[in-house]
Amino acid sequence: MLANFAAAFALVFDPYVLWVIFASALFGLFVGAVPGLTATMATALLVPVTFFMAPVPALASIVTATAMAIFAGDIPSCFLRMPGTPASAAYTDEAYAMTKKGQGEIALGAGLVFSVIGGLFGTAVLILAAPSLAEVALKFGTFEYFWLVLLGLTCAVFIAVGNPLKGLVSLLLGLLVSAVGLDNPAAYPRFTFGNAELAGGLTLIPMMIGMFAVSEILRNASSIDEPWEMAKVHVGNVFAGMWGLVVKYPMAILRGSTLGTLIGALPGAGADIAAWMSYAMSKKFSKEPEKFGTGHVEGIVEAGAANNSALAGAWIPALVFGIPGDSITAIVIGVLYIKGLNPGPTAFMQNAPSIYAIFLVFILANLLMLPLGVAAIKCAKQMLRVPRDVLMPVILLFCIVGAFSINNSAFGVLVMLVFGVVAWLMEENGFPVAPAILGIVLGAMLEENFISSMIKADGQFLSFLERPIAGSLAVVTMVVWLFPALMFLLRRRATLRAGGSS
Amino acid sequence: MLVVLGVFILWHIQGYPAMPGQKFGPAWFPGIVAAGLAICGALLVVQGARSGAPWVALDGWMERKRPVAGFASVILGLGFYVVASEPLGFHLTGFVLLLAWMRILGTRLPLALIVAAVAPIAIHLSFYKLLRIPLPWGVLERFAF
Repeated sequence: MLANFAAAFALVFDPYVLWVIFASALFGLFVGAVPGLTATMATALLVPVTFFMAPVPALASIVTATAMAIFAGDIPSCFLRMPGTPASAAYTDEAYAMTKKGQGEIALGAGLVFSVIGGLFGTAVLILAAPSLAEVALKFGTFEYFWLVLLGLTCAVFIAVGNPLKGLVSLLLGLLVSAVGLDNPAAYPRFTFGNAELAGGLTLIPMMIGMFAVSEILRNASSIDEPWEMAKVHVGNVFAGMWGLVVKYPMAILRGSTLGTLIGALPGAGADIAAWMSYAMSKKFSKEPEKFGTGHVEGIVEAGAANNSALAGAWIPALVFGIPGDSITAIVIGVLYIKGLNPGPTAFMQNAPSIYAIFLVFILANLLMLPLGVAAIKCAKQMLRVPRDVLMPVILLFCIVGAFSINNSAFGVLVMLVFGVVAWLMEENGFPVAPAILGIVLGAMLEENFISSMIKADGQFLSFLERPIAGSLAVVTMVVWLFPALMFLLRRRATLRAGGSS
Repeated sequence: MLVVLGVFILWHIQGYPAMPGQKFGPAWFPGIVAAGLAICGALLVVQGARSGAPWVALDGWMERKRPVAGFASVILGLGFYVVASEPLGFHLTGFVLLLAWMRILGTRLPLALIVAAVAPIAIHLSFYKLLRIPLPWGVLERFAF
């Protein structure tokens, strides 16, 4: 491990890589701070730029930009009562209420300091858990992978969303998209309609740019005539009183970071869901729950740590199994394949220095967040004044170039447009996009592992359960599937009994 | 919540008949997916009918002029790029699109002109020169640099 870190040091502390990290940090802070631009969008827009970089700087720029963006999402909450990224939405009202009480400075400071702490916590878990998980994963065969993928997809549907049915529809749509093209076990052209571009399958990056950037621009365009009202926040020393908060809420910080890392590691649920859940949890366990919503910093401390730790947590399954923990790592997996760093347990042996370099960048990015975060808070007013009507068209042109550049064909732009509109329609109607992305990324893996397992097992379905790890994964998957039905029955019996007694 | 269920189901019925008719191997996976979609679609209709929400509902912004124009221009503009970028070239198309988008979203003309002229050149310098992405030149081929 130490030797790997030493090699990673040499990779990261290279002037070019450090320059990339710094530039990505500024980019991430800006994207995060401007409402309507998200961390996932930052990733999707970075991919074409990183296309021609070496693996380490390419991944470093994504890690840094997303970490900064998730923190910077807290900033406009205080100024505009709008989350900069969905990950801050859970406590936007709380932060704004603090601004109204004249405590905007504390809210901003807490957002920054506890983002850093959460981020470092998540990174520590990533560094400790990923290599040891990878050793276990070395023993996995196609049966295990089949169940693992199925379990991941299941989690995405059930844990992430309010309406599992809509999540399931979203997932199935994603799986359907993944079936397009020749790239399946039988090498049979599916859904190509005689089109040569479709035969190669749909490329991930234009789809992602469409789903995360174009759909967001559509949403911005449909609200372009609603002006932003800026609240006045006095910003002096943002670190004042932060140590007091650390001493006052140690449990909240620990709980938020742990929950965040876990949620991040679960496929399909990322920083935004981590923040919502830990905010709710904070309220539940707080000694003063009645203060929540009136400008109370406790929830910001816990949820602010949670969303940044989720970011690192999501990399655990992504690096070890190639199963993305959130939508950002879904894009990252695409990048890993392009860079020849195929995710999976073997990456920890063959490409160990690169993997450890990613860990190092995580630490570096979170530390860099302190000085740059203060700077971002100081110039928040200027950043938020960039006119949207200029910004959106320029980003759109950038999207076009990005989608074009992957295969150098205008077909990518068309794919981007279609998926942008579809994602927009889905979100407007309460269909979560995350399960669809998971379906797209994992569909081929699911089918491949099923078919090759079937061939190995000679068509005997029972052999899917014979190996110990495969069997237990299967049981867990089934439990998650049956859990909602069970809850429904229990609740029904409870209401029946309640009805009978009254 | 405003649910537009109708659109989804229409799409759904059209997507369904395309699945079967292939050999067992490759059809198995999309077949299961399609069957799942059909079941979920039906369940959603039941859910929607029970909740009594309107089938097609318009959001507030659709009644206001600028958002609708902006929204449509994004979609039409991207479509325009797909068709026009080859013959016209990236730089011209980019200029026209940026100008149109900014004007529709409410930027003043001088600023829009400047940004529309500068942005494609900046992208050209970074992507074409630095990253070597062959952005199409179209009618400007003769002036290629």
